[in-house]
Amino acid sequence: METVESRGTVTVSVERCKGCELCIPACPPVVLSMSSEVNKLGFRYPELSPGCTGCRACLLVCPDFVFEVFRFDTPVQHEVAS
Amino acid sequence: MPDSISNTLRTDVPPAEPSKKVGALKPELLLKENHHLCPGCGEPLVVRMMLEALESLAAQQRTIGVLGIGCYTAFGSTLDVDLVQALHGRAPSLATGVKRMRPEAMVFTLQGDGDMVNEGLQEIIHTAARGESVTCILLNNGVFGETGGHMTATTVLGQRTKNSLDGRDAAYHGYPILIGDLLAQLQGTAYAARGSVHSAAGVASTGRMLKRAFESQARGEGFSFVEVLTMCPTGWFIPTAKGPEYLNEVMGEVHVTGELKADGVLTTTEQLRERGAAKD
Amino acid sequence: MTRRLMEGSEAMAEASIAAGCRFFAGYPMTPFTELLESFARRLPEAGGTCINAESELEAVGMAWGAASTGARAATGSTGQGLSLMQESFSEMTRAELPMVIFNMARGQGDYFQSTRGGGHGDYRHIVLAPADTQEAVEHTQLAFDLSDRWRNPVLIYGDYLTAHTSESVEIEPMEFPELPEKDWAVDGTLGGTGRSRTVNPLGVDKQSAGIDPEALWNRLQAKHDAIEREEVRVETGFLEDAEVVVVSFGGVARFVRHVVRSLRQEGHRVGFVRPVTLWPFPYEAVAAAAESASRVAVLEQNAGQMIDDVKIGVLGRAPIVAIGGISTDPSGFGVGDILDPAVIHERIRGVLSDA
Repeated sequence: METVESRGTVTVSVERCKGCELCIPACPPVVLSMSSEVNKLGFRYPELSPGCTGCRACLLVCPDFVFEVFRFDTPVQHEVAS
Repeated sequence: MPDSISNTLRTDVPPAEPSKKVGALKPELLLKENHHLCPGCGEPLVVRMMLEALESLAAQQRTIGVLGIGCYTAFGSTLDVDLVQALHGRAPSLATGVKRMRPEAMVFTLQGDGDMVNEGLQEIIHTAARGESVTCILLNNGVFGETGGHMTATTVLGQRTKNSLDGRDAAYHGYPILIGDLLAQLQGTAYAARGSVHSAAGVASTGRMLKRAFESQARGEGFSFVEVLTMCPTGWFIPTAKGPEYLNEVMGEVHVTGELKADGVLTTTEQLRERGAAKD
Repeated sequence: MTRRLMEGSEAMAEASIAAGCRFFAGYPMTPFTELLESFARRLPEAGGTCINAESELEAVGMAWGAASTGARAATGSTGQGLSLMQESFSEMTRAELPMVIFNMARGQGDYFQSTRGGGHGDYRHIVLAPADTQEAVEHTQLAFDLSDRWRNPVLIYGDYLTAHTSESVEIEPMEFPELPEKDWAVDGTLGGTGRSRTVNPLGVDKQSAGIDPEALWNRLQAKHDAIEREEVRVETGFLEDAEVVVVSFGGVARFVRHVVRSLRQEGHRVGFVRPVTLWPFPYEAVAAAAESASRVAVLEQNAGQMIDDVKIGVLGRAPIVAIGGISTDPSGFGVGDILDPAVIHERIRGVLSDA
């Protein structure tokens, strides 16, 4: 186990995602990855791992307006499998 | 490892912990998030930055947009500003008529490269030369996206399109037009810049250019122009995830990003390229 | 107001300003040029704008933009220049935008262009064809009213004589019934309220799921049907007991009216029908005139265009003869041999002797 800090987080409108993957390389802390499941449109969508900084990069590059970005008042600690 | 611990966090609801929203789903001037543009398209990114620039200048209730004909025309039903739909290429003329009758309004055009640089080249040049107090925004993806990926006047040499199958050949198809340089050198042009949405930083920089262009219009300095390089993976026949790289490395090499005219200083694309090379 | 000697172009520009026109854009072309000159001189004085556009394509685009804001706007050219504008005329009709178009044509060869249009799709324009300068002044003001009333472009079909003849005219602002408010016009003030406006030829509404072109076309069709019922204008003369009816329009009809009068004085049973609106065309008046006539003669200064509409109106009630024809002059401006009362007199006499 190890502890990872998230300074921010996002919400994802999964059902409107068209699976373009532009957010994946755009994320500086590399905490977004594509799902293995698909949404109702048949597209895979981004999933969030701990470590988000709330930097808005995903939101800026998303053509389908699926992200909302939040910054925590106090960073949140996550225990994750190493 | 306990079962309850997963590396994937919930993203279907806002966080329970105290937090501040720093990025909204959509700009307030967009009526709804849904649109029918293809996966990986760069155009909605420019729409977001344009609307956020207008919002930051508190121009919501004095903006009139003129739309050209292209994929972005689909935003005609969701942009919450007054709109006039133009014919292909004709938006700068309509914007001229609008601005002359509504000089207090913030007037913009949104056009693609086919619309502005092919069919409407004469209009955009004369509108700039008149120093018309409007902001023209070019979404430049180097293809006619809506027809399915055909060569335009900005298609770079070597680029394969549906009607330049062996790549654009200068001897056969001629050279691409660097529209930003053409417009920047005209006396009526107060501001000209070329951005790109290949990265988050590029999107943010594009947003600043759009804001500067609108500010220039608000000060009545003359014509303002922002060209934005946008991905069209559908028209380029590449995977969506490869779009930004292709945009930056193929189109961005020719249509180099930066400010072409600001505060009276003219910078050519060639100078921007040299500066970029010096930085590298 | 007193009468003044004015050239037609100047008179039409003055009448436009009297009607509230505040925007004009154009590109020089004979015999339209003097209209552009008059607007360029007079509109700024009246608080308006006249732009010297880089071509006819841009001229109509600028007027389109101005019209979208609710301003009374106009453009114009000769038929040649209007050929370049047809795409916009069609789209503006679908966007239901008012605009006044001046065609100072080279002769009457643009009848088809005016009434059938050179653009795409199902669309119509009201076309007014003044016969003299005073009528051109009235038609100009009427055109702005009709254009706003029906939210449809209105075209004034004039020619070299309309534009360049100086006559004594009186430009008195005309009274028209109250018009509906232009709540569709863009001014930018409703942005961000969810009620912002869109002026478009696609049938797009804000927040609509998609476009409904059939609903748009049906609405336009219904409007154009209503215009056909309500806006037909026609002048007739000497039709009682007329054996021969002469149909002609515009400046040519002024010559015909004069010749018919003199033929009547000579004792000939001849009358005339003059469509004042070319669209909607006065089919019923033509039909009524043909009912008791033994010949319908069509005198137009072209190879035979309006004669198609006369045939639709007459519908076999009487034989139709074309007595006009191509008639131009070395300058190419469409002032030819036909514009001579003696020539017209002889041609109508020929029809009378056959009847």
